[in-house]
Amino acid sequence: MRIRVLAFASVRELLGVSSCELELPNGARAQDAWSALIERCPELIHHGASTRLARNACIVSFDVPLADGDELALLPPVGGG
Amino acid sequence: MLSIAREPIEPHVLEAVVRKGDGGIVTFLGVVRTRADDGRLVTGLSYETFEPMSLDVFEAIAEEVRERFGDVTIAIAHRIGELAVGDIAVAVLAAAQHRGSAFEACRYTIDQLKARAPIWKKEHYADGTAAWRANA
Repeated sequence: MRIRVLAFASVRELLGVSSCELELPNGARAQDAWSALIERCPELIHHGASTRLARNACIVSFDVPLADGDELALLPPVGGG
Repeated sequence: MLSIAREPIEPHVLEAVVRKGDGGIVTFLGVVRTRADDGRLVTGLSYETFEPMSLDVFEAIAEEVRERFGDVTIAIAHRIGELAVGDIAVAVLAAAQHRGSAFEACRYTIDQLKARAPIWKKEHYADGTAAWRANA
C-alpha cells in the first residue's frame, strides 16, 4: 500500500519535508510507517513519545491499521494560542 | 465563524456572531509577547497548523460550549504565518444573554484551543536563535 505522510513543526524540520509518500506492506500499522520514517531520519526516534498521529485528520494510536491512500499526519506537541 | 487567518486579525469582525438579545460579549485576544517564558527577548513568532483538523477542533469546542454553557455563540480566529511582537495571534469571542456564561465560554474555548488544536509556534529570539514552543 501507499500512504501520504504529513509532517509539522519540529518533526517537519527533522524530516526536511512537509509531506512524503511511503510504500508499506499490506497489513501495515501506523507504527510501521513511523519505523520507516525513523530509517530515513534516525533522530525521529527521540520524538516517538511526544508525537501524536492523525489518520485522515482523526487522532489514532500507533497500532491502528493503515489502508492504501491514507494520509498520516505527524503532530508534535501543540503550541497554539 | 471559526477560522485560520493568514492576514492580521480584526477582532470586530468576530462580532458578526453576536445576536440581537445577547447581553454579554466577551472577547479574548492573545497577543505576541516581548518576553518568552524563560525571559528571553522575542522578536517574533511563526505559527503553522494542520488546517482541516484545527477547524474540526474549533467545531468540536463550539459544540461543547453549547452543551456546557447553553445558549452561547462563539467565534475563533487563529493567525498563522509570521507575526511580530504586538500582533494578535488568536481572537476568541463568546456572546450570550448574560455575562456569566459568556466569560465562562470564552475561557473554556481558549483553554481547549491551546490544549487541542494542531497549531505550532516557533519563537524567534533577539540573539538570532529560534525554538518550537509547546503549551504547558
